[in-house]
Amino acid sequence: MELNGAEILIQSLKDEGVEFIFGYPGGAVLHIYDALFQQNDIKHILVRHEQGATHAADGYARATGNPGVVLVTSGPGATNAVTGIATAYMDSIPMVVISGQVSMPVIGSDAFQEVDMVGITRPCVKHNYLVKDVTKLAETIKKAFYVATTGRPGPVVVDVPKDITAPHIKVPYKYPKKVSIRSYEPTVSADKGQLKKAIDLLTAAHRPIIYSGGGVVLGNASKELTELTHTLGFPITNTLMGLGAFPATDKQFIGMLGMHGTYEANMAMHESDLIIAIGARFDDRVTGKLDLFCPYAKIIHIDIDPASISKTVKVDIAIVSDVKPALEQMMELIKESDKKPSKKALEAWWKQIKEWKSINCLDYDRNSNLIKPQYVVEQLYQVTKGNAYITSDVGQHQMWAAQYYPFDKPRRWINSGGLGTMGFGLPAAIGVKLAFPDADVACITGEASVQMCIQELSTALQYKTPVKIINLNNRYMGMVRQWQEFTYESRYSHSYMDTIPEFVKLAEAYGHVGIRVEKPEDVRPALEEAFALKDRTVFLDFITDRTENVYPMIEAGKGHHDMKLRVALGTSTDRELA
Amino acid sequence: MKHIISILIENESGALSRVAGLFSARGYNIESLTVAATEDATLSRMTLVTRGSEDVIEQITKQLNKLIDVVKLIDLADTAHIERELMLVKVKTTEKTREEIKNVADIFRGKIIDVTPTSYIVEITGPSDKLDSFIAAIDAKNIVEVVRSGATGISRGEKGLHL
Repeated sequence: MELNGAEILIQSLKDEGVEFIFGYPGGAVLHIYDALFQQNDIKHILVRHEQGATHAADGYARATGNPGVVLVTSGPGATNAVTGIATAYMDSIPMVVISGQVSMPVIGSDAFQEVDMVGITRPCVKHNYLVKDVTKLAETIKKAFYVATTGRPGPVVVDVPKDITAPHIKVPYKYPKKVSIRSYEPTVSADKGQLKKAIDLLTAAHRPIIYSGGGVVLGNASKELTELTHTLGFPITNTLMGLGAFPATDKQFIGMLGMHGTYEANMAMHESDLIIAIGARFDDRVTGKLDLFCPYAKIIHIDIDPASISKTVKVDIAIVSDVKPALEQMMELIKESDKKPSKKALEAWWKQIKEWKSINCLDYDRNSNLIKPQYVVEQLYQVTKGNAYITSDVGQHQMWAAQYYPFDKPRRWINSGGLGTMGFGLPAAIGVKLAFPDADVACITGEASVQMCIQELSTALQYKTPVKIINLNNRYMGMVRQWQEFTYESRYSHSYMDTIPEFVKLAEAYGHVGIRVEKPEDVRPALEEAFALKDRTVFLDFITDRTENVYPMIEAGKGHHDMKLRVALGTSTDRELA
Repeated sequence: MKHIISILIENESGALSRVAGLFSARGYNIESLTVAATEDATLSRMTLVTRGSEDVIEQITKQLNKLIDVVKLIDLADTAHIERELMLVKVKTTEKTREEIKNVADIFRGKIIDVTPTSYIVEITGPSDKLDSFIAAIDAKNIVEVVRSGATGISRGEKGLHL
């Protein structure tokens, strides 16, 4: 079969099993768009800004586990995609981004809409390619998917000069079934000796804790993690990225850890004598001040990326492996082993944890006559019966979503953890809804974040992706304001906007339903109404208590045991705000 | 401590900037970097001299290994090895200093490869610290120009860094 470059590109994506392309046309990709026009297998989702394309593809990838695919033009199309590429990179999300490039002969001449995309994205991709020969195009696409989806996943950019896709240059097409790269060996299995040492440590521990992260979600190892945790009887905490990998309503789950983790999770980390870190990377938002991190603990670390091991925290036993087989092997060894964790020690440990838990660190003022953001999230959980896919933006609302919506399944909690990208939530929700049209999909956001990609409301209408936008509108960039309150003596420097759009009208202008909610008693009915409107995108604008803070909080430079807790219930509204 | 990291990397455009970019992005220092093709035209050999604590060097080697284009690498500090660097030094000479500079060059097994009435160019190869010593042995005010290749190295014995 002889095809031109544009056809090869589209056919390669078909052969790769791609369902959706999130993209935006432009000069350098016109040949590709022409080839796209002449087929019906792949659905193209026209976003309103290239950042939206990358986030939507990312949301799709996080929810399904399949790679997200993006197509953008050269120059500004490519640079607009960079934030979304970096977002996917920081959270290890498989994504293939095809960017147009100016034609080969003019590369380097500052041609119209030329930018060195390979150079710009180099630090925020797993790998990237510039295709210089049309006969290498299919193989390059195959390699891109292979690199993006294997090992520690990540985004891969394929930069395609316009003349490579020229209609009149036809070459034989064959999509490779398999590809191998001599310098890339992604499959690693756990070393049995290391696993045995790990078993010795965890059966001898008195105050053990399992600390698991996004790697368990990415590695589809929830079942194995749950089984192991139940067998061992240890308490388990999840990172922000790992929520849902272990059922949050399980009695062994002690909440998220880190900067806004629960009191019991952070105290248990601090006092533990053994940490089993699984698919987590000791991020600074998790560890707090490194010198104070888990002073009594030995650490076992299972991760697919050797560079994540002993990067910030020195570990005692390193197990470099895909999480799933490592946990399976570990289970087998535990079953074979005659050593068992001390029941007595575990009982005492659980007793201590229950004491920590009894302070009820996530409690808040339930009698306020203002809408508490936490209450909205709790009600959302009730109304969706805990089954929704929840995307979020970045800030206070993100933390409240993580704290007050217990996720029992993996891939239901979709947020930008590593890069912390405001504007992520709405396009990501569209990507999720396309993948799961029958599921409830809600985007928990704030009035600042949602405006960063608000234009995608238009995409939501065009492709009939009825998501529910839960806007926790506190008229502040809440997290910035909170830090300013705590560390800058409440000097609220530019953390508020004097002009906030009327979101109801805005939603209506985009062809959706808008509902403004101002009283606590209206929260539940509004949510029920919104979710009853199955085929409509609904923008719920909750006017919340603008002074509410996220607690607990480990402030910068502090250790896990040194948390700022909610001082007294119901006082936040009494504080003077500028 | 000084480490000489020897890397086999795909001989493709951009490979060098991936390595250099990694060092700047992660704040590692590079003292020198040399790169050239090997007997296998599809591979380049890169020799990188860096300094850092054991932890930092461990991260550097892991991060380098993570680059898709890196085929193999070795930290020569971990094994018996030979280090060589080439240096060309242009030195001002006078009737009085000629003999002395020639003597110093001889001691360092340097060769004088260019002579004018007022200058020499001295070529010296050796481990980097030997080249440092030569510079220290010459009166600084007589040095016009120093050109160094950056260190390269190879492990001793039968074993080698290859595919």
